[in-house]
Amino acid sequence: MILNTPVEKVYQRPEAFTEVTTHYCPGCTHGVSHRLVAEVLDEMNLIEKTIGVASVGCSVFAYNYFDCDFVEAAHGRAPAMATGIKRVLPDRVVFTYQGDGDLASIGMAEIVHAAARGENITVIFINNANYGMTGGQMAPTTLPGQKTTSSPYGRDVEQTGFPIRTAELLATLDGAGYVVRRSLHDPKNIRLAKKAIRLAFETQVRGLGFSMVELLSTCPTNWGMKPVEALDWLEDHMVPVYPLEDFKVSPTLKDLKF
Amino acid sequence: MARELLKGNVAIAEAAIRAGLEAYFGYPITPQTELLEWFSERMPVLGRTFLQAESELAAINMVYGAACTGARVMTSSSSPGVSLMMEGISYIAGTEVPMVLVDVMRGGPGLGNIAPSQGDYNQIVHGGGHGDFRPIVLAPANIQEAIDLTVKAFDLAEKYRTIVVVLIDGSLGQMMEPAELPEMQPVKRRNPDWAVSGAIGRERRVLSSIYLNVDEEEVTNLRLLERWSEIEANEIRYQEYFMDRAEYIVVGFGTAGRIALSAVRTARAEGIPVGLLRPITLNPFPEEKIRQLAGQAKAMLVVEMNTGQMLDDVLKAATGKLPVEFYGRLGGVVPFPDEVLSEIRRLTHEPLTANGHPRRSWLKRLELVRS
Repeated sequence: MILNTPVEKVYQRPEAFTEVTTHYCPGCTHGVSHRLVAEVLDEMNLIEKTIGVASVGCSVFAYNYFDCDFVEAAHGRAPAMATGIKRVLPDRVVFTYQGDGDLASIGMAEIVHAAARGENITVIFINNANYGMTGGQMAPTTLPGQKTTSSPYGRDVEQTGFPIRTAELLATLDGAGYVVRRSLHDPKNIRLAKKAIRLAFETQVRGLGFSMVELLSTCPTNWGMKPVEALDWLEDHMVPVYPLEDFKVSPTLKDLKF
Repeated sequence: MARELLKGNVAIAEAAIRAGLEAYFGYPITPQTELLEWFSERMPVLGRTFLQAESELAAINMVYGAACTGARVMTSSSSPGVSLMMEGISYIAGTEVPMVLVDVMRGGPGLGNIAPSQGDYNQIVHGGGHGDFRPIVLAPANIQEAIDLTVKAFDLAEKYRTIVVVLIDGSLGQMMEPAELPEMQPVKRRNPDWAVSGAIGRERRVLSSIYLNVDEEEVTNLRLLERWSEIEANEIRYQEYFMDRAEYIVVGFGTAGRIALSAVRTARAEGIPVGLLRPITLNPFPEEKIRQLAGQAKAMLVVEMNTGQMLDDVLKAATGKLPVEFYGRLGGVVPFPDEVLSEIRRLTHEPLTANGHPRRSWLKRLELVRS
């Protein structure tokens, strides 16, 4: 049978991606979050204007996957490096892509002060409750009782304290224009995550200050789970600790429709 | 331009502005803070970037980001703050982007004190963060020279895609003397072919210090070394004083060199045939010049405001051709010219260190000075 009606392409590689296969483990949600960022850059026609700042962790090679100018920061320093770029190139779009060890542990000072200054950058923050790149050690976001390679008996809050709710913390700062948490564990939440990423970049291009989307993500390899089990674990265990909410939304953004 | 009475830190800051500095990121620390304050007043008025960072660590990484865009950018700090910047310095070196750092040295280690010192010689000249690279280090001895070398520092940094450190001590930063500032240059965006600025109408660019492939890292290290060889061939600077028929040579940099000059002048008036070599580039070090002088003179005296950090480089260059003596004051104590003068006199009539390290014999003499 020959189809005479033209075929509409409904799904393809975003223009903002390079033709490179990622190094991420099977089932890891980094690929999903990368794609969402790329789709938003395409939709907003920003790719030529964008400078990405990769961090240290699993996303260290993010610069290989996005088809825009990129720099690679030292561990935790991406917001400082992004600040340096944005301050001399204010009409460019600057985003960092950081994990929870990078952003909420070693880079806590840099992220807090970037938000407090209302630095007009966008931060994509991957929270997968462990250090992925180095093999699954305890992160500031590791859940109480969660076993990792450096908390083999489960995270003992008496000794190592409690998970840091980064989005809530940064939302208290007046310089923050848009701070929300989303999750990547099912299609509905992925769609909501994309909308949030769009709003985060809209925050930047409108000069409304610091924007960050925290994305709850899976790490099947280091969690020792199958990909689907990991998605379920995220929903059952991470979402109750890390609520999926808007913590700060600049009033101007509330009227935007896509 | 007319000569005006200028404070060292302010003169350096204004010289950088007039050299077309586009962005400054820094953090307050004595005895360097006037630099930061001067930039905070001047840069916004000129429509340029000034930002007080949350730490030296953040400041150097802001510099790193701005340097990646090809902007003329700098930071300044003092010894403990520079220690915090070592991470970023190494990344900047590994990414091969130009940057100027002013280190206004104070007493250390640790918090130390806020008095003038030359204790960062090793940290800056032989250190500068992890990995295999070398920064250019310029050591002015007066405020005019600090102005001129600050302007030069940017040209060198950009010519060789390298880090240039202007290394002074707290006394040079704090003192005032007449000097002439250069003409004002506007900010000039050079748009070098490696800078990231948004891939509009060109291939995208990536700037990074990561080379997971060991062969690529080796090639990168070799490229840095080749560039360094070019710097060694072209950029060694020093100043000689009273070298005519000099039988004794004093070697000192920065403030110690300047104090030594007073002593050498007096010694010459007394008829002692002594000259002064003042290295201006501590890196690359005027090794060949010292080797040549070591082949001609009877003895050398190294004067520093530390325990003899440059002394080791002088000893290496002199290769045992003549006795080398050392005199230093430490921890924020600045030597008087008379102390250096009596060391020069001693060169001419006392037995010199034949066995052991000059640092040890100096320690014994220092006990007498201090008692």
